[in-house]
Amino acid sequence: MLEIENLTHIYGGGGPNEHHAIDGLDLKVADGELLCIVGPSGCGKSTLLRSIAGLISPTGGQVKVDDVLVKQTPDNLAVVFQDYSRSLFPWMSVADNVALPLRRKGFDRRKRRAAAQEALESVGLAEAGRKYPFQLSGGMQQRVAIARALAYRPTLMLMDEPFGSVDAQTREDLEDLVLEVRRLHQMTIVLITHDIDESVYVGDRVVVLSKAPAHVVGDLNVALPGPRDQITTREHPDFVHLRAEVGRLVRGHTVAH
Amino acid sequence: MSAVMGRLARALASRWLLLILLVAAWEWGTTIAGSAFFPPPSTIVTRMHAMWFSGPPERLFLTDLAVENVLPSLGRMAGGLAGGAVLGVALGLALGLSAKAYDYLDGVLQFLRAIPPPALVTVFLVVFGFGLRMQLAFIVFSIVWPVLLNTADGARSVEPLHLNTGQVFRLSRAQRISLIVLPSALPKIFAGLRLALSLSLIVTVFAELLPGTTNGIGFQLTVAYSTFNLPAMWAGILLLGILGYVLNELFLVAERRVLAWHHSAQRVEV
Repeated sequence: MLEIENLTHIYGGGGPNEHHAIDGLDLKVADGELLCIVGPSGCGKSTLLRSIAGLISPTGGQVKVDDVLVKQTPDNLAVVFQDYSRSLFPWMSVADNVALPLRRKGFDRRKRRAAAQEALESVGLAEAGRKYPFQLSGGMQQRVAIARALAYRPTLMLMDEPFGSVDAQTREDLEDLVLEVRRLHQMTIVLITHDIDESVYVGDRVVVLSKAPAHVVGDLNVALPGPRDQITTREHPDFVHLRAEVGRLVRGHTVAH
Repeated sequence: MSAVMGRLARALASRWLLLILLVAAWEWGTTIAGSAFFPPPSTIVTRMHAMWFSGPPERLFLTDLAVENVLPSLGRMAGGLAGGAVLGVALGLALGLSAKAYDYLDGVLQFLRAIPPPALVTVFLVVFGFGLRMQLAFIVFSIVWPVLLNTADGARSVEPLHLNTGQVFRLSRAQRISLIVLPSALPKIFAGLRLALSLSLIVTVFAELLPGTTNGIGFQLTVAYSTFNLPAMWAGILLLGILGYVLNELFLVAERRVLAWHHSAQRVEV
């Protein structure tokens, strides 16, 4: 269970470049939920994610994961960053990249390798272990980053605009990969995106943020028939209706200011 | 493929051709001038061969003189270089990891680095006396700066997302340093080491010119010009040039191996 209460964050407080990123944000995410957070560009989505991950300490309010206040990164939390080319380590082979976080779990070398290979297979990269990240396409690199998170067996996976820098076809494949991952593994997923269609297609629930300083302006359940499919789901009347509603919520606030 | 090989062959040929032309011009000029101070290269090479490379085959043709002088020079250089590299990387990492320490000490270090090492030679003589200890300390002090400052710079400019990733997956501090910071800094560390390598040859020879030395290429140079043995002096100079060139080439080969990921990744980005 992830609970965010009255979260507020101000960058450079009191200074000339003061930026109020988040203002009194409340949010609860149940175990096993796939929540998409959508909002206009620069609205503080990444700040929110970084607060949940314990990478920054918010200036106000609190984040709790399983009733424990987040001060550093909680146990069993993994993050997939948008910029795969800067989050994978270029000096390590793909398999070593995926196996890296398993050191903390006290796995020996053989067990790390086996777990990394299994995770790579689950994202469709069984053959790529010995390669280096720069030898793979962008979409494949992001799969490696997802495999790294999966091998870690998190209970909470945060994804920060994970498909923002890949082409449309790859993006659809990766969206389906997330749905597949959710089906196979028991975990809570919080996916941040600025793509309205993506949020409705992937999420069980979509939370819409206002422009900065961010707070919640909409919270919708996505009750679409499963399994989801890139063609039939997207032409389903409920999908069309939901995406319009999310779109209005996102846009409504950008126009009003 | 054959086009590439052809280009390579032509490039090599033109390089060697230029070298041969330059040496020929040198030979011709010095022979015409006939000055005792500038012996022709053929004389120098003959002297080099006689002094160092006419030994028994089982000792790789090295003469007693080579074993007594060239090897000690290389030994001092290697010892000083290893000491300076280890010290420079260790201190550089410590400095680069602490923004406060870096801010406080950066000015002091730039100041220390700017002092030409030969100017401090008296200080080293007073502290260490004549001999090997002083020579090693002097070489280490001279070469540690480029390694230290480059390492600190590299350790400071690690990609923030790499550090975030290490933080999210809760790597220990030791793991973050050895698995993330050190490899990130490696390209800059190698740049520093390359400077240190060429500097170490220079300061080794300088240390051997000092009184209290009984062997080494620098010592042979002192003996040669104090006895007006000009071909021997030129032989020493030429040997130092060749050593510097070969060591640098070997270093580049090692660097290409260790930093293969870096060069390939950069090629892809460009």
